[in-house]
Amino acid sequence: MVSTAGRIASLFTRKKQEGRGAFIAYLTAGDPSPDCLMDLVLALERGGADLIELGVPFSDPIADGPVIQRASERALRAGMTLPKLLEIVRRIREKSEVPLLLFSYLNPLLRYGFDRLANDAREAGIDGVLLTDLSVEEADEPVRRLRETGLDTVFLAAPTSTDRRLGLVAEHSSGFIYLVSRTGVTGEQASVSAGVLPLVERTRRHTELPLAVGFGISTPEQVAQIADGVVVGSAIVKTIEAYASSPALAAEVECFTAWLTAPLSSTAGTRHLDRWRG
Amino acid sequence: MSTIPSAVSSPPASAPGPDALGHFGAYGGRYVPEVLMAPLEELEAAYHEARNDPTFEQELNNLHRHYSGRPTPLYYAKRLSDQLGGAEIWLKREDLLHTGAHKINNCLGQVLLARRMGKQRIIAETGAGQHGVATATVCALFGMQCVVYMGSEDMRRQRLNVFRMRLLGAEVVGVENGSATLKDAISEAMRDWVTNVESTHYLLGSALGAHPYPMMVRDFHKIIGEEVRYQSLDQMGRFPDALIACVGGGSNAIGLFYPFFQEPCVRLIGAEAGGRSLSLGEHAARFSGGSPGVLHGAFSYLLQDAEGQVGLTHSISAGLDYALVGPEHAWLHDEGRAEYVSVSDADALIAARRLARTEGIIPALESAHAIAEAIRRAPSEPGRIYVVNLSGRGDKDTDIYRENMPELNEPDANRAGRGDASA
Repeated sequence: MVSTAGRIASLFTRKKQEGRGAFIAYLTAGDPSPDCLMDLVLALERGGADLIELGVPFSDPIADGPVIQRASERALRAGMTLPKLLEIVRRIREKSEVPLLLFSYLNPLLRYGFDRLANDAREAGIDGVLLTDLSVEEADEPVRRLRETGLDTVFLAAPTSTDRRLGLVAEHSSGFIYLVSRTGVTGEQASVSAGVLPLVERTRRHTELPLAVGFGISTPEQVAQIADGVVVGSAIVKTIEAYASSPALAAEVECFTAWLTAPLSSTAGTRHLDRWRG
Repeated sequence: MSTIPSAVSSPPASAPGPDALGHFGAYGGRYVPEVLMAPLEELEAAYHEARNDPTFEQELNNLHRHYSGRPTPLYYAKRLSDQLGGAEIWLKREDLLHTGAHKINNCLGQVLLARRMGKQRIIAETGAGQHGVATATVCALFGMQCVVYMGSEDMRRQRLNVFRMRLLGAEVVGVENGSATLKDAISEAMRDWVTNVESTHYLLGSALGAHPYPMMVRDFHKIIGEEVRYQSLDQMGRFPDALIACVGGGSNAIGLFYPFFQEPCVRLIGAEAGGRSLSLGEHAARFSGGSPGVLHGAFSYLLQDAEGQVGLTHSISAGLDYALVGPEHAWLHDEGRAEYVSVSDADALIAARRLARTEGIIPALESAHAIAEAIRRAPSEPGRIYVVNLSGRGDKDTDIYRENMPELNEPDANRAGRGDASA
């Protein structure tokens, strides 16, 4: 087994040395079908994604807008499960060292069991876990168990988070902290909410951890605005939806990712730029 | 109702409640995205502050008395009891409240709270439509904007209530996702709340969701049990032997049970929806087919599959058609303080007809589940006294009753000698 210790930390250290932000891509695992997952992850990596969030599909995704809701439905209909996901991650790890974050609602992981998950996820090659609806108040036990096997635990901070809460979020997080740019569900927005800059500053007072900004980001211009890292989800999932039944699915996702990452990377994206702009 | 509540009829002060983080034993808590955590803390603080403000209590009591019609009667169902030949069945008549169900108790409390917090927009979910109607009603009363999320399947089943909400000025938003029932309406209301949290109060309608909702909704309904305490002493000379209520999220049941937690001789019995059968997807009996899990912010008994995906549910009664039971009920269940049974669609329909024929009361389908459980138990327990929470009236269910009692649509229905006129 290849050691996964600190893949996320090393990524952000390297990016900082390069003076660039990290590009984090989200996709719902199993959308449009479990068979596509490996190809899509590799396509995202080739397109310039530095870290990939693997969304575990859930029947009741309360924090997600219509795009990711539909992706969850497709993935569940196609028979995606957590054990299947981990099996595919094992195979991805034979080909790629891209940091992988398991991104999930609590219940599927609770059902799987945190002890079992901590071992199996780490053994499969997952680097960290983010639980959308696990508040820090309820997180002590899951964090302890996940950290025991070396997994990072990433928590969300929101514009509504008080300073006291930001302190708790920082305490429970490792790897990086995911800043939600605005109140609302996942989905694209024309511009990044102004609320995010004060949030970056307020969170910075509580932690040295890298800060990644997500929710509503869908263009290279928005990507370029951000410091340590930026997350794009719905825009990628929408591309997957558009090409779900096309043989060019992976290639299209790679092109789109390259277009998005161009401002952060001097090499990977530029050759695709004209095509997407045109 | 001349009886003044006395010291002996007041519940003990040390009644168990949730801990500071909203846990009832292992259950409850706050499992929501971080964006909602601070607003929930703010809501909890506002709630405690309101509860300590005598003017809040005064205004609420005034509305209970002069607007919604409290206290509701505790009525001895003599003909039904005599026919069964066993336990005495008494009905707590929440069906007589304004808007036709207990839901108004919680809506009045929360709308006063929302006003104190300066929120101008109210959102709510509804299953059977009773909570939606009660929410639309209090919003009209206080001049607030009201948006109600309702599963499109429930809109079809409860079209009368959809129209009532619109008549009251509310916007009713149909939800097509998933099973298009209560669960999906709550998800959609939460998405709205996540987006508009600064201007909006989410008026959650059952003892569900993240802390402080289960506690707050219980507190706004505990007036049901408090009245039963003094009414039973007054009318029966003692407390009842058992309290029976239907349990969807469990708000009417917890409101009746809570003031009796510390009375060990009073049995607490919850009736869940047994639906068509007890295989997953055919019922909403969380204690029969569920296991602990998280949905919509709370940890409790949940109908789910082996992968932790939330199971589909079925009940003839939209108000009981939900995959998670309120967390305080999960705690009562594990403590052995309350017992939970499931009642099938068919038995609920039979009970509704029987109550109509013996007492001249058409119950809501939800409440008919509790009536059915009382009917099942009564013959073997002579000398016992049951109080059944008649949580809502049946007008809204007329279409479903019609569909399921085709013989009553016949021109010669109920003609003497046709057989079932008294059943």
